[in-house]
Amino acid sequence: MSLRSDLESGKFVITAEIGPGKGTDVTEIAEVAELLRGRVTAANVTDQQSSVMRLGSLATCHLLVDHHLEPVLQMTCRDRNRIALQSDLLSAWVLGVHNVLALTGDLPHLGDHKDAIGVYDLDSVQLLSVISRLNEGYDMMGNELQGKPDFFAGAVVNPGADTEASFDLQLFKMEKKIKAGAKFFQTQAVYEPDKFARFMKRVEGFGVPVLAGVIPLKSVGMARYMNKNVSGVFVPEETIQRLAAAEDKTRAGIDLCAELIRDLKDLCQGVHIMPIGWEKRVPEILDKAGL
Amino acid sequence: MLRSKQKPFEEILRYLEGENRVFILGCDGCAQASGTGGPVQVAEMKSKLEAEGKTVTGTDVVPFLCEKALIKSRLARKAKAVMSADSILVLTCGVGIQAVAASVNKLCHPGCDTQNLGGSRGEWPGSERCAECAECVLELTGGICPLTACTKHLLSGQCGGASKGKCELSPDRDCGWELIYHRLKALGRLDKLSYLAPPKSWAKMAPDPAIMSSPEYALEMPAVKEASGE
Ligand code: SF4
Ligand code: SF4
Repeated sequence: MSLRSDLESGKFVITAEIGPGKGTDVTEIAEVAELLRGRVTAANVTDQQSSVMRLGSLATCHLLVDHHLEPVLQMTCRDRNRIALQSDLLSAWVLGVHNVLALTGDLPHLGDHKDAIGVYDLDSVQLLSVISRLNEGYDMMGNELQGKPDFFAGAVVNPGADTEASFDLQLFKMEKKIKAGAKFFQTQAVYEPDKFARFMKRVEGFGVPVLAGVIPLKSVGMARYMNKNVSGVFVPEETIQRLAAAEDKTRAGIDLCAELIRDLKDLCQGVHIMPIGWEKRVPEILDKAGL
Repeated sequence: MLRSKQKPFEEILRYLEGENRVFILGCDGCAQASGTGGPVQVAEMKSKLEAEGKTVTGTDVVPFLCEKALIKSRLARKAKAVMSADSILVLTCGVGIQAVAASVNKLCHPGCDTQNLGGSRGEWPGSERCAECAECVLELTGGICPLTACTKHLLSGQCGGASKGKCELSPDRDCGWELIYHRLKALGRLDKLSYLAPPKSWAKMAPDPAIMSSPEYALEMPAVKEASGE
């Protein structure tokens, strides 16, 4: 079982996301890896998520390899120029990290080092082209590599883009990402299966597997915060009310997430769970969802 | 003062592929001074394009192409020639090209690359902005600069951070790629969004040392020397 072989064989794939913390304490990562192993096909490790400085994705991915949990290296274009990006990709390969997810990256402004420069030397589509080139045995300048990687590259798409222009732009970019070498997609968090079904109809013809992103809701406040601040995420009022009415919010959050996964299951090729602090509850969510 | 360099003729021909009728627009300001878009270069470009079998529906050299009011009043007089063309080839700086693209509902091809003057920019009247990248990509974007209109200067399209047409940076800032989308849609050229843009050469953005010792870079220098009695 590997992410590539599972997706290629058409299996319904489950991935989850792990966010490294700030500092060198990796106890929790080890615990989470043990819990997730066998329950998910692979685990993404975020790259300085929300532009908050933390332990790196590459080192964390390497730890997951040690724990026999297949990692997906998330790589943003925000913090590194093309030299560092390519070098880190080669480093990842020799450390046993074989999947990579190419992202643009949030602006530094959103994080805890607001005065940092945002690099964006390459963008996500260009990064995917570079990964494809490395796979062929060349760097982006055409210099030959001594020993080449064979990355399984993926990308993200936001099915909830909130203007018609934005929705169209997402589709154009998705097509370009595929042309540049993306073999799978993970989406921004989805809460409305109907809308997601319409999105899937539009991208069906692209022939690339899509894993629907889900974020379990921990509180009403969190849902409202996301609706206000997270681009493309919309938690319907009805869902918020169900959470508000529940006595045990944790239970309700898990139930809602499991229910959502069941609704999404027949629409796409997999789900990508972004637990944001609830990493240890992922097995419970999957139990409830019958996966 | 913005300093420009004409793009290689083959590149201009690539932009015009599939189009037969073109209107050429030059600028009597910085482009004339740069030797890239004054009356002489516009006439040259006209004969070169005609030699390639293109029909030049008309030409004009406007005093300042960065001034939208001027563009509109000048082009109004040649409206027929402009509107009967498939596109406009604009021989001027990035600001001028963007100002034309914003004023006329016609696809505008950039004929020049704007070079970095190392901070010696002066003023221009338009609201369009050019980062002097020396490798103008306005061809891909309907004449809106992705380097200045998009906070992350992305070349491949919108990032995931846009919300309700505004940039991730702030709800007060339009998302540059939404503007590009609407412009291309109005032009019926959304197909341009499918093009895989190569990575930029940021090295070209460094000001050329030769430019930095030119009069355009240091227009104020003689005055300073005079004042200090040199
Ligand atoms: S792409 Fe933008 S920054 Fe570069 S020359 Fe054109 S207008 Fe100027
Ligand atoms: S929101 Fe729009 S303008 Fe802002 S960085 Fe993303 S693509 Fe660029």
